[in-house]
Amino acid sequence: MLGRTAHAIYWMYRYLERAENTARLLDAVFRMALTRGADAASEEWNSVLATLGIQEIYAQAYDEITGPQVFNFVLRDRNNPGNVVQMIEQARSNARMSRSSLTLEVWEGVNEAWMNLRDLLARPVRESNLGAVLTSIRRESTAVRGATYGTMLRNEIYHFARAGTFIERAENTARILDVKYHLLLPSLAYVGSSLDSSQWDHVLRSLAGDRVYSWLNAGRIDPRGIAEFLILDRRFPRSLTFCYGQLRENLAALAQEHGAEMPTQALLRDADIRLEALTIEEIFDQGLHEFLVDFIAQNLQISLAIGEDYRFTA
Amino acid sequence: MGGSDPVFDEMHDANGAVRPAYAGYDKWLSEQDQSLLRRKGAEAESFFRRTGITFNVYGEEDAEERLIPFDMLPRVITGAEWRRLSRGIDQRVRALNAFIHDLYHRQEIIRSGRLPERLFRDNDAWLPQMVGFTPPGAVYSHIVGIDLVRTGPDEFLVLEDNARTPSGVSYMLENRETMMAMFPELFSRVRVRPVSDYPRRLARSLAACAPDCAAQRPVVAVLTPGIYNSAYFEHAFLADQMGAELVEGSDLRVENGRVCMRTTRGFKPVDVIYRRVDDEYLDPLSFNPQSMLGVPGIMDVYRAGRITIANAPGTGICDDKAIYSFTPEIVEFYTGEKPLLKNVQTWRCAEKDSLAYVLDNIADLVVKEVHGSGGYGMLIGPTSSKREISRFVKKLKARPENYIAQPTLALSTVPVFTKAGLAPRHVDLRPFVLVSPDSIDITPGGLTRVAMKRGSLVVNSSQGGGTKDSWVLDD
Repeated sequence: MLGRTAHAIYWMYRYLERAENTARLLDAVFRMALTRGADAASEEWNSVLATLGIQEIYAQAYDEITGPQVFNFVLRDRNNPGNVVQMIEQARSNARMSRSSLTLEVWEGVNEAWMNLRDLLARPVRESNLGAVLTSIRRESTAVRGATYGTMLRNEIYHFARAGTFIERAENTARILDVKYHLLLPSLAYVGSSLDSSQWDHVLRSLAGDRVYSWLNAGRIDPRGIAEFLILDRRFPRSLTFCYGQLRENLAALAQEHGAEMPTQALLRDADIRLEALTIEEIFDQGLHEFLVDFIAQNLQISLAIGEDYRFTA
Repeated sequence: MGGSDPVFDEMHDANGAVRPAYAGYDKWLSEQDQSLLRRKGAEAESFFRRTGITFNVYGEEDAEERLIPFDMLPRVITGAEWRRLSRGIDQRVRALNAFIHDLYHRQEIIRSGRLPERLFRDNDAWLPQMVGFTPPGAVYSHIVGIDLVRTGPDEFLVLEDNARTPSGVSYMLENRETMMAMFPELFSRVRVRPVSDYPRRLARSLAACAPDCAAQRPVVAVLTPGIYNSAYFEHAFLADQMGAELVEGSDLRVENGRVCMRTTRGFKPVDVIYRRVDDEYLDPLSFNPQSMLGVPGIMDVYRAGRITIANAPGTGICDDKAIYSFTPEIVEFYTGEKPLLKNVQTWRCAEKDSLAYVLDNIADLVVKEVHGSGGYGMLIGPTSSKREISRFVKKLKARPENYIAQPTLALSTVPVFTKAGLAPRHVDLRPFVLVSPDSIDITPGGLTRVAMKRGSLVVNSSQGGGTKDSWVLDD
């Protein structure tokens, strides 16, 4: 396949995954904000901006942090070039560019997602319909993933699609975890308080892990246990180890199809082995934040290596 | 409508009786629940939106994607009518290819005095780079679209030849798909010749034109300007259906004397390029140096006979409107036969007497730019205001050689579905022809374009025209 097409497929799935995770993040914060006063809630909304790395551009556009202002900024505001509408546009535009490499179902899924979400987000979103909007974003992304899983040939096209998905998901999980660690609590004195545990609950919820985690741990909220779950539990499809396991599998299949290994595979194998060998104690000894910063940097290196090795650009 | 000829409706005769070609369809139609049909119409639109069968309109904000309106009532051509048309198309396409070859070689037609030399010397479509060079298989125009209009029971006229990069074939295919999905039982009652194998035939025809150095199974790629091009959907659609790669200029480069595409495993040679990029943008080293759409050096590879470009560069010399007026002579010169398909009467404004006639009768004529396309830059006398006409006359007088004029034709009509029931609308027809060294292959039917506004003669999709499924009866 063409390098440019592989590039487009890879980014199409990155954008879809990003849109979905952004919706999950908003949903978790929204639920949390509802249970707290306006002042406290603005902290939660600020954490969304921090997670997405858009605090500065938000501050340039608005003085105040309010829920509706923030979620509209994230979803559809033109002052935010990385809003969700743009993500969906980008996903669709990349799909259009690689149209002949996608099955009809996948293409229709992306095209419909674009049509539906564009209509849904044409006007400002109110608190009363935010939930419905976020559900739609999640569903559209899920539908495309389902069509991908159910109809695409398991060849290099599929492997690039999956690589995009898991690179993005790993990064999103790491970012969400990182923000919790640094931003949410007013001070260290709150560690272990009820506020603390509800915030951890929110992190779990952002990553669709709240129910599963409760089920596994009989409802006990424990930061270390949650971090371990989100980083190291290979059974959980949004954990870092799960993402890297899948990434490694897909890139190995790619190498097998091409009959040649590239530097990417070695890079990823090393990263995966290191991650696998870690314990949560080691991570906390090193510092969760430091660990996540390193992880995100390494994730970026792997993404660049994929683009380089498979000739994404001229 | 200008002229006094009555308009020929292809479905109903002057007394309102259904003509034989439409008998099968009409019988089926009379048995249908009308409100159900209307619902189906809405269904078709959402089907097109969902599948992304849209085109981009130039000059509009945001390069918005639009749907071409689709009308559910098919346009029907009998087997006998089609056989006659096919012979004429076959003859015309053979002549056009021979004509291009001659123009870039010995120029017998000029020497014989049948065609003035200035016609191609001052023509931007004429490419000196092609002189003395013969493309693989000696085919210049591999894919041709001949625009036909009908003015009476036996009167089919050629309105225009599209020998460069005719578009619209994806609509021909999707219109049939849509009709078959909506009304499967209709196709078991009326026998219609299939069109769905067009992409396979296209792939075969292109492969048959591959250069000698080609792989056993030639590698074919479709070259597109990219997703913002108005016909991008069609480029992707054809590549997909042919199993060919859809490439952009930035995917290609010249390596070891071959044109190669950048794949995830390195650069791989391409044997045949079906390009949907204009000549001017094909090679920044040979043509427009600003072009980002083309491949630097591709013309050198081409002239070395190591790639096939379809259609060949310089093919446009045969299809501009000034040359068009000479096609009867061209057909006769190269085939030695009388032309089977007639042209529309054409005045060349470059000629003094013709210009005088055109200026005197402009209110009844259609005046077109010689190099224009897509319905832009033309004047339709009978439907234009005095001011529009006087403004156009100024342009015409300033550069008469840039224009031709034709009578306002009484184009045939076919009914379309409207809120108030069936109503006649003007149509044309673009059959698609595939040319290879072994064969000239004409897909039965083609693309019927229909002016959706009452009385309008402009069928171009960029100007609000729609399309219909076109049937050739298997009778």
